[in-house]
Amino acid sequence: MNGAAPGESSTEVLRVDDLSVRLGGRQILDEVSFTLAEGEFAGLIGANGAGKTTLLKVILGLIQPSAGRVLINGAARSRHSSQIGYVPQKIDLDPDMPLRARDLIGLGLDGHRYGLPLRSAQRNARIDEMISAVDAEKFADSRIGNLSGGEQQRVMIAHALISRPRLLLLDEPLANLDLRSGQEVVTLLSEIAKQQQVGVLLSAHDMNPLLPVIDRVVYMAAGRAASGSAEQIIRTETLSELYRHHVEVIRVGRRVLVVAGEEPAIQVLGQADDCADHDHGDQSNSN
Amino acid sequence: MFAGFMVNAWEAATIVAVVAGVVGFFTVARGAAFAAHALPNGAFAGAAGASLIGVNALVGLGVFSAAGALTIAGLAQRARRDVATAMTIVMMLALGALFLSQTTEYAPAMFSLLFGEVLGVNTNQILPTAAIAAVCVVIIGVLFRPLLLSSVLPDVAQAKGVSSVRMELAFLLLVALTTTMAVPVVGSLLIFSLLIAPAAAARCFTNKPGRSITLAVLIALVTVWAAIAISFQTNWPIGFFVGTIGALTYASGRIWVRYRSRNRLA
Amino acid sequence: MNSVSIKSAAIFAPGFFANGPVHTALLIGSVVAVVSATVGTFTVMRGQSFAGHALSDIGTAGGAAAPLIPVPSIYGFVAVNVVAAALMDLLGVRSPRARDVATGIVLGGALGLAALFLYEDTTTTSNTGTVATVLFGSIFALQSSLIPVVAGFGVAALTITLLLYRPLLLSSISTDLAATKGVRVRLVAIAYLLALAVAVSLSALTIGAILSTALLIGPAATALRLVKRTGQALVLASGIGVAAVGLGVLLAYDSVSWTDNGQGWPVSFFIVALLFGTYVITLLVTRHQPHRNA
Repeated sequence: MNGAAPGESSTEVLRVDDLSVRLGGRQILDEVSFTLAEGEFAGLIGANGAGKTTLLKVILGLIQPSAGRVLINGAARSRHSSQIGYVPQKIDLDPDMPLRARDLIGLGLDGHRYGLPLRSAQRNARIDEMISAVDAEKFADSRIGNLSGGEQQRVMIAHALISRPRLLLLDEPLANLDLRSGQEVVTLLSEIAKQQQVGVLLSAHDMNPLLPVIDRVVYMAAGRAASGSAEQIIRTETLSELYRHHVEVIRVGRRVLVVAGEEPAIQVLGQADDCADHDHGDQSNSN
Repeated sequence: MFAGFMVNAWEAATIVAVVAGVVGFFTVARGAAFAAHALPNGAFAGAAGASLIGVNALVGLGVFSAAGALTIAGLAQRARRDVATAMTIVMMLALGALFLSQTTEYAPAMFSLLFGEVLGVNTNQILPTAAIAAVCVVIIGVLFRPLLLSSVLPDVAQAKGVSSVRMELAFLLLVALTTTMAVPVVGSLLIFSLLIAPAAAARCFTNKPGRSITLAVLIALVTVWAAIAISFQTNWPIGFFVGTIGALTYASGRIWVRYRSRNRLA
Repeated sequence: MNSVSIKSAAIFAPGFFANGPVHTALLIGSVVAVVSATVGTFTVMRGQSFAGHALSDIGTAGGAAAPLIPVPSIYGFVAVNVVAAALMDLLGVRSPRARDVATGIVLGGALGLAALFLYEDTTTTSNTGTVATVLFGSIFALQSSLIPVVAGFGVAALTITLLLYRPLLLSSISTDLAATKGVRVRLVAIAYLLALAVAVSLSALTIGAILSTALLIGPAATALRLVKRTGQALVLASGIGVAAVGLGVLLAYDSVSWTDNGQGWPVSFFIVALLFGTYVITLLVTRHQPHRNA
């Protein structure tokens, strides 16, 4: 299922065609297809276990697909791609590690190359540029292990962006952030996508913080995906087809909830079998 | 203590300290203190085995520490790293026990290989020591950036083509190499103290990675020099002073951190 | 404590199981194996293998100090180990990495002290064999007078561990989870380290540093790969440890006849080789499964 990209530039940064991954007897990804254009900000929505992290890992080249292909900027994915910036879900940073935020950002530029880091005015200027792009001036010289979750997130985004990738992937960046930090990150990413014409794909299990800013939704359930604008995808018919089980999309105020239902009647959240591995947007604890 | 016959000790110790400071930075960053203890200790068994078959003990050291590095890396692919290290060290030491049981000649030399002996270094050892040290430094220079990236952000490094597995193996072999070079000088039981304490103390005093390495090297140098000097005067083993001074520098580092954070909050 | 004694001909006279010193060796070895396996299961789960090994090295180093210090040796060793364990915990509270470093520092300092004591020892008693004995000796204490003390400490370590079983299990999986269930995580951690210190000093004294670590980590790590429930792992680990000890002693006994010089191979080698081999085979045969608990 592939909805038309809503009026963005036509340069495809990422193309996923019929991607399937089968591991240990389970179908983790099932013919996933979607595209992402440059400057487009897409939310990869799905519950834990829906396959979001696996999808990201295939795009990153960390997992080999059983079928299908991934194209980055029109070319088949090569082993090392500096075209992709990656912000992993969890970073385990030792508070005692002598590495400042700006050092970590600098590693994004050339950390994967052999040799010693060469200091140059140009390099420093680039790092400073990134620091201000993510509003990290206040803590640029602090140890990364001492930063708060939101601050670390911003540093990691700068780290990922400094090599000027065409595609930015973030794995559940909002998961451990409070509401305000999460909103800041989302706004920041939206700006970055537009200003730097980077394709941004961000995975989340709650779509609500993203709906105001994203251009496209890639919704995943049980390894399958549907892609399009929020209006096209977040609908009862579309999602029911995706889940292969009747679900209802309910709008409560400005929030969207996906609820399991038996035919037209609505059941209490989380009763149906198919919904065992996802939450129904009842994110009162994270919102 | 600066007489002719002591020059070797000073030179060798200086070389060891420089390498230990730099490799120590990564050892502490990667939380590999156990491996830094296991490889020198296990390598000791190799020295025993070598002397058993009449080969230069240094060769035995090198072979065993490299084998240890490979074993830890291999086991760690399937198991947690600390368990892999524990099993590797006991196996190596058990082999050492086996070798020692078959020979009676080894006992006197053992002390100096374990704890280091100031006068134990003779002139024709300086060159091999310096050579291995040079190799270590070159390797660190080449691997510096990917090793640092892999140590701090393994997932991101992997996505950029830097294999965590290869970096871990390279790092362990680096420690093995450092071991081989350093054991004749400071002894197997205490090289690991030089790998841990200076770097651990250094990171308390600075935020910057480059400065941290430089400081680690400086602290390591001061440690060995002081150890040699005092050991010379008292005749007590150099290893004792390395261990004690190491603990003291680490303690001062921790105290400094405490003091600084108190002052910041005040 | 003489590492050579187990190789001397007197032990390996015919009549293996009736043989007094062998009997003692098997008994002490089995007791230590069970205690080590029990405590070790949690050590492996908590990722404290380094601390476990460091404490056995420190305990053995304490053995080097014995001739110099006018203290009833066993209690002195245990005290030193407890102090060392407390230091490691104190310095390493902040993060696992900090604990790693703290363990290394304490171990380095302790070994430095050991170097000093051994030096004093060799110069004052001209006993260069002590070095080998302390560090490599498979010190099977064949004096049966040690059995009650060993049993006593073993029971102490076991008791602490088993009393702590549920909160220990919970806090080993997740400290946050444990805290929400009212577990005093710090207290449990300290009590556990105490049990570890006691268990390790007892095993280091009786069977040497190498075997101490091997019996602490090996059976537990193997068992945790094979079974999912912690209770089962404890039992299986004890079984593996006892089996390795028994088989090792048997092989050592037999090895006397392998070579011409009438010297067998050391017991420690056999036991460790068995444990190492078992562990490696287990690793190869099983795929990594996250350990579950019930």
